[in-house]
Amino acid sequence: MKFTIKMWRQEGPEIPGSFVEYSIDNVLPEMSFLEMLDNLNEEIIGRGEEPVAFDSDCREGICGMCGLVINGMAHGPKRACTTCELRMREFPDGAVITVEPFRAKGFPVIKDLVVDRGAFDRIIAAGGYVSVNTGSAPDGNAIPISKDIAEKAMDAAACIGCGACVAACPNASASLFTSAKISQLALLPQGHAERKQRALRMVEQMDREVFGNCSNHAECEAACPKSISIDNIARMRREYMKAMR
Amino acid sequence: MNQNKPLRSTVGKKVIMAVSGIFLMLFLIVHLGGNLTMFAGSDLFNSYAHHLEGLGPLLWVAEAGLLAIFLFHVISAFQVVAEKKRARTDRYAVTASKGGPSKVTAASKSMIYTGIILLLFIPAHIWMFKFNGGEPHPVTEVHGTEMKDLYASVAEAFANPVVAFGYAAVMFLLGMHLRHGFWSSLQSLGAMAPKCSPLIYTVGFIFALLLAGGFLVLPLYFYFTQIGGAA
Repeated sequence: MKFTIKMWRQEGPEIPGSFVEYSIDNVLPEMSFLEMLDNLNEEIIGRGEEPVAFDSDCREGICGMCGLVINGMAHGPKRACTTCELRMREFPDGAVITVEPFRAKGFPVIKDLVVDRGAFDRIIAAGGYVSVNTGSAPDGNAIPISKDIAEKAMDAAACIGCGACVAACPNASASLFTSAKISQLALLPQGHAERKQRALRMVEQMDREVFGNCSNHAECEAACPKSISIDNIARMRREYMKAMR
Repeated sequence: MNQNKPLRSTVGKKVIMAVSGIFLMLFLIVHLGGNLTMFAGSDLFNSYAHHLEGLGPLLWVAEAGLLAIFLFHVISAFQVVAEKKRARTDRYAVTASKGGPSKVTAASKSMIYTGIILLLFIPAHIWMFKFNGGEPHPVTEVHGTEMKDLYASVAEAFANPVVAFGYAAVMFLLGMHLRHGFWSSLQSLGAMAPKCSPLIYTVGFIFALLLAGGFLVLPLYFYFTQIGGAA
């Protein structure tokens, strides 16, 4: 397969970037998008030019490091899929593919396609934990939790913190991420002790990181590689309103 | 620290917007109910308006309350847009929706624009009908009581095609605003059981269709019946 890549190149933070067009040949349909970029970088390095910087780590869809906006969609056109798991067969042969970094004030570009997602770490640090001593691992059935609740908590905990929700949101809101992290703890008894201060502090930190507000477009859920539901955003709002009192 | 002022947080602003939006939707239902009495003839509509005005101070309190709710809605809307502008200063070269669960629609993306048009429309609308464009209202008699002939004012206004079709167009935009707003208000309050969310999204569409449709039919009805009468 053959592609033309319209690639965002930016030398560093605060330096204006622009698109550069690259052609790449001999792409196999079963290659992942990142493998295609690796091959492209080999060619770029071969020409003695600076390779394209992009984030990746596990390359099996669980670490949350990769994340590109491909043809205007975070992680590309396939739903419930990270960039590293996206295969080139998803694109028609000869296609022009536009690749951009996640664009949000809360995610400043470091270089090319690499953005600083430290804002997410600071939201977690604001309250996304259980600080009370939960003791050693309890007996399996010592804390009864219904199947339904356990599933909901697990679904929220599936968030890998990649930031696709922010990238896809028309308002660049971090509500889906923050709500998933609030939900996974609010749903379980271990998280109840600190639920009020957690909701208040995490929302406060989210606002401080200059993310936008949530207008309920639900594009985040469509972009999320783990298909995390906006029901979590509704839950975050309930948690916050309860904590306000 | 918005811990001390939680209504100023992103979540708080959306709560204000949702609660004020729900009150405005309730007002619209009552408003439409009043309008539809016009189909039952001029006497019923004129007496309804006469009774409303007869409430005196109670009506003023209601109007002041409505204005306050409206302002809360408008101010929080502009704040949300300001937050959006601040949060994404560099725009994407290409944007596309991933479909599926996404609720990005022409309605959801144009909320601020349909909202601004309604914001401009409402004072003109009040001036036109409540104050009859600055002229004294025509007077009629219903069952021996002298009252304003609002029905005649409305009929006269909508005989003008620019007014009639202009109103119809704005009501279509109101429908778009409600299409996203109805469901969105409940989502902002976290008031839906997840199972009900798809149902309520559909109900929102039907609500928008009925409400905007109801408002939209009147100007067209008056325009076309009067054209017919003249011909």
